[in-house]
Amino acid sequence: MIKTLTIIFVSSILVDNYVLTRFLGICPFLGVSRKLDQAVGMGVSVIFVMLCATAVTWPIQIFILDKLGLGYLQTLVFILVIAALVQFVEITLKKFLPSLHSALGVYLPLITTNCIVLGVAINNITDGYNFLESIVSSLGVGIGFLFAMVLFSGVRTRLENTGVPETFRGLPITLVAASIVSLSFYGFAGVIEGMLS
Amino acid sequence: MSKTNKSSLSILLRGIIAENPVLVLVLGTCPTLAQTGSVISAVGMGIAAMLVLVCSNVVISLLRRVIPDTVRIPCYIVVIAGFVSVVQMLMNAYLPDLYDMLGVYLALIVVNCIILGRAEMFASKNPVGASALDGLGMGLGFLLTLFVMGTIREVFGAGTFAGIKIPFLIDYNFPILKSPPGGFFVFGCMIAVVNAILKKRGKPVREEAGCEGCPSFEACERKFDKSADTPLEEGKNQ
Repeated sequence: MIKTLTIIFVSSILVDNYVLTRFLGICPFLGVSRKLDQAVGMGVSVIFVMLCATAVTWPIQIFILDKLGLGYLQTLVFILVIAALVQFVEITLKKFLPSLHSALGVYLPLITTNCIVLGVAINNITDGYNFLESIVSSLGVGIGFLFAMVLFSGVRTRLENTGVPETFRGLPITLVAASIVSLSFYGFAGVIEGMLS
Repeated sequence: MSKTNKSSLSILLRGIIAENPVLVLVLGTCPTLAQTGSVISAVGMGIAAMLVLVCSNVVISLLRRVIPDTVRIPCYIVVIAGFVSVVQMLMNAYLPDLYDMLGVYLALIVVNCIILGRAEMFASKNPVGASALDGLGMGLGFLLTLFVMGTIREVFGAGTFAGIKIPFLIDYNFPILKSPPGGFFVFGCMIAVVNAILKKRGKPVREEAGCEGCPSFEACERKFDKSADTPLEEGKNQ
């Protein structure tokens, strides 16, 4: 049990990093990674929303959609539930935890239609995880996202002081840098096999 | 008559070349990077997105006087999610192999900012015919870009084209291009080429990822003052 959970957790952070190997959540990865504090704020908000979204969408899929044979409504229901949930979380935080709201409030509305949140919710169902596994996997993906954002913000700070060829300035060099960061994550490919043996 | 023909042709062509959604507007990067490892999946993704884009543009344009302004984004999402489900079910029934290949990215067409962006920027303000043409043009632009990128990555990364082996390249290729890092690299180079062409013609070049289609664009613009580079306190700039 613990072993399965550990494998899910580690593989979703390092081996199967959603941003760098599955290309989910590219928009915030490229858009909000210029400063370290923004990258951290965005990453923490994504972890938070992703945990809430999984905790809500998993029971909906298993106890409502599957029971009633409405599996084909998955996409429609999930996106609406996540959108409503983000609004709800924002209002709740504002009311009861204003200090947390002032730290994360800026990022919450940006996550509503983020593909990483919807992607994780759907993948947890497709992979047949149970509730605990889904939560652990979401936590892992979230931490993996935060990890990638923090690493990449460091790379981008360095990039700003380098002499980049004129055509590559801006977005192209950012993408090439992302390619190299993604390449470095290839080194983790054997980690899970090592854990199993 | 000839004038209207000309303008509708320009709407159609604009999406393919001058305002190519992927390379010029830099929207919909997730599916572009994820599904261009092979030509087949790239074309499948492009066609699926194009179908959803045309249908949702038509319906949203028909409903543009009915949808209240305050809840327009949720309404658009419901319409788009409906068409995505239709495409998912059709593909699962008739093209199960492609369905498995596209996997979760098919469902993620819902949050593709090209589609939401065209709904917000074009279909909600224009009549049905123009919206359908706009959807078709943008969809074709997306499909063509994915096809070109998928071809580059498959031919040089695996030495095949849509599964057909190419002599010489089958023995000497760069598998890294087919893998995720190669996706970022090829996409970066393609945008660099487009930027070089745009600069030559004296057109503005995009420095950041495209944000127009993002439904939270306004919230983002308000909260991140790009020039100051730090998030502002809420309500400070009112």
